[in-house]
Amino acid sequence: MSYDDDDYPADTFPKDFGYRAYNQDGLELEPNATGSSETKPRILLMGLRRSGKSSIQKVVFHKMSPNETLFLESTSKIVKDDINNSSFVQFQIWDFPGQIDFIEPTFDSDMIFGGCGALVFVIDAKDDYNEALTKFKNTVIKAYKVNQRIKFEVFIHKVDGISDDSKMESQRDIHQRTSDDLSEAGLNQIHLSFHLTSIYDHSIFEAFSKVVQKLIPQLPTLENLLNIFIPNSGIEKAFLFDVVSKIYIATDSSPVDMQTYELCCDMIDVVIDLSSIYSSEETAFDSGSSSLIKLNNNTILYLREVNKFLALVCILREENFNRQGVIDYNFICFRDAISKVFELRLKRQKELENIDQDDDQDDLVEDHTLIGHGTDPSVMSRARPID
Amino acid sequence: MKKKVLLMGKSGSGKTSMRSIIFANYIARDTTRLGATIDVEHSHVRFLGNLVLNLWDCGGQEGFMKQYFASQRDNIFRNVEVLIYVFDVESREMERDVHYYQSCLEALLQNSPEAKIFCLVHKMDLVPEEHREAVFKEREEDLIRLSKPGNVTCFRTSIWDETLYKAWSSIVTMLIPNVAALENSVTHFANVIEADEVLLFEKATFLVISHCQSKKNRDSHRFEKVSNIIKQFKLSCSKLGAKFQSMEVRNNAFAAFIDTFTSNTYVMVVMSDPTLPSEATLVNIRNARKYFEELENPNNSAMNHHGHKYH
Repeated sequence: MSYDDDDYPADTFPKDFGYRAYNQDGLELEPNATGSSETKPRILLMGLRRSGKSSIQKVVFHKMSPNETLFLESTSKIVKDDINNSSFVQFQIWDFPGQIDFIEPTFDSDMIFGGCGALVFVIDAKDDYNEALTKFKNTVIKAYKVNQRIKFEVFIHKVDGISDDSKMESQRDIHQRTSDDLSEAGLNQIHLSFHLTSIYDHSIFEAFSKVVQKLIPQLPTLENLLNIFIPNSGIEKAFLFDVVSKIYIATDSSPVDMQTYELCCDMIDVVIDLSSIYSSEETAFDSGSSSLIKLNNNTILYLREVNKFLALVCILREENFNRQGVIDYNFICFRDAISKVFELRLKRQKELENIDQDDDQDDLVEDHTLIGHGTDPSVMSRARPID
Repeated sequence: MKKKVLLMGKSGSGKTSMRSIIFANYIARDTTRLGATIDVEHSHVRFLGNLVLNLWDCGGQEGFMKQYFASQRDNIFRNVEVLIYVFDVESREMERDVHYYQSCLEALLQNSPEAKIFCLVHKMDLVPEEHREAVFKEREEDLIRLSKPGNVTCFRTSIWDETLYKAWSSIVTMLIPNVAALENSVTHFANVIEADEVLLFEKATFLVISHCQSKKNRDSHRFEKVSNIIKQFKLSCSKLGAKFQSMEVRNNAFAAFIDTFTSNTYVMVVMSDPTLPSEATLVNIRNARKYFEELENPNNSAMNHHGHKYH
């Protein structure tokens, strides 16, 4: 590895772990803990104690059934849980018990906020959330100081069993008060997103999907690829899933119907559960994974492995599946294109360590245009930056 | 053929919840909506076409219990094929539970001495996982001792996992009249098509009614798990107003096919050679259909088809 000494002071090590890990202030980033240069969106999960973070983590990433989360002991100290190797998304979950003030100096905020793409703050909608809002304000202010590119996402959690009216009411109230708090602190420019979530339905997966999609710079490319793939294969709708978390990281541009998404999630459950029984849990999802489900309303669900994290789930009419050969061929093209997109990202990232990193965002937009306009994925190689 | 099944146990022990999950397509979460059962609720469940389970879900409040043993004694306990007695594992009044259980056995001994007895130690999900085995063992011993001279089979169950399917699968299999013939045919079928495993599910409940394995599998609870997995998926399909017809799941190590089989069953075939084209297995399944259909409904045609070939 060589560094361009003109751009970098000798003592800063620009290391990119998540997307947009560079912060313009040149603050030091997290030391290379994983030793991998894979580019994954990194997400922090925070919130008061008993707000449901551990449950979210268990349900979304460890396949615990929601009712079992009742037995989870409350977390008594700062706990960091990395979900790295199995998922396309890199998650860090930080549990902050009430009695520890994370603004205290021992808390290494540079390290924590520096490399992260999104901060998810969980608020228990069934509880009095005054304290949570104060904590949230402090967290946002602190995090924004360290890393201005961080996305702030609020999960108004445990909304199961709450009527739609009071859901909207709490969302409005929390929205209003957090905005007021931030404008008092002179931080009007921070954008907050709100999601109503519950672990008892698919809303938590849907919310995570939206959070993750914001952190994937290649999203327009992926969507484009899907938009090309789908009509040419007679498919009605397709989701690109992170298999472990059942988060969809991209879909085509047709509208998402929650029920269809849920069915696709359930299909992934079936496929992984059956595969773990008849092969082994570790090898449940491998390069040969595929599944075909026929429903009696003339619909087919078709799942194919894309890479070790991702699967494509397609929904199509039964008569269109007669041309399975075409679909499979198109799928292989699609899969190759996707792997090239991620290879390119990796390559660029390595090169970015040598060249000026400021316009990382703009260059990527250029990549998308190139791929978007030509159907030939080899065009992507033109997007290589200068040496 | 009607078979009378008594479902008894203290009020709130979970009888109606489990019945609703197994026979009425409830999901576990929805059972919180169920109210207490008043007196006896009768339901007829058609099982495998010609077998009708006549379920007597007996409300467990004390007032009703006393009536069962007094004025309704003959009515309730006559012609019983199976008694399923449900114990709440967290119950604080074990003595009273046992008292009613023994009264029940006594009444049964007088009226239906041939009845089979099953005890379900229910709500096991409330016991922390590491203690479940020990707690169940202890209860099982107690129940076997208390049931003397009768024989009792105990199961640990919870509506939140596959244990419920295991218990009901075992109970129901015992009631199928031609279960041995079914088992033989399934084994024969599995050998002919060289399958690792063949499972036969009842269509409505997805309980495993027959199975054959030729290759060892480390997971001894897999039948119930598969029942549970498929039933959950079936329920999510029904949210969209659809039913699932067939399914194929494969990776580099195996290929599994689940397909509608006879009018009352689904079949699952597991093959360990994933290079074998799916069509081959599907054709074999299709060809076996007719034979199993006849086996289920022997009245429709002659039954001596034992040398039937699938290929």
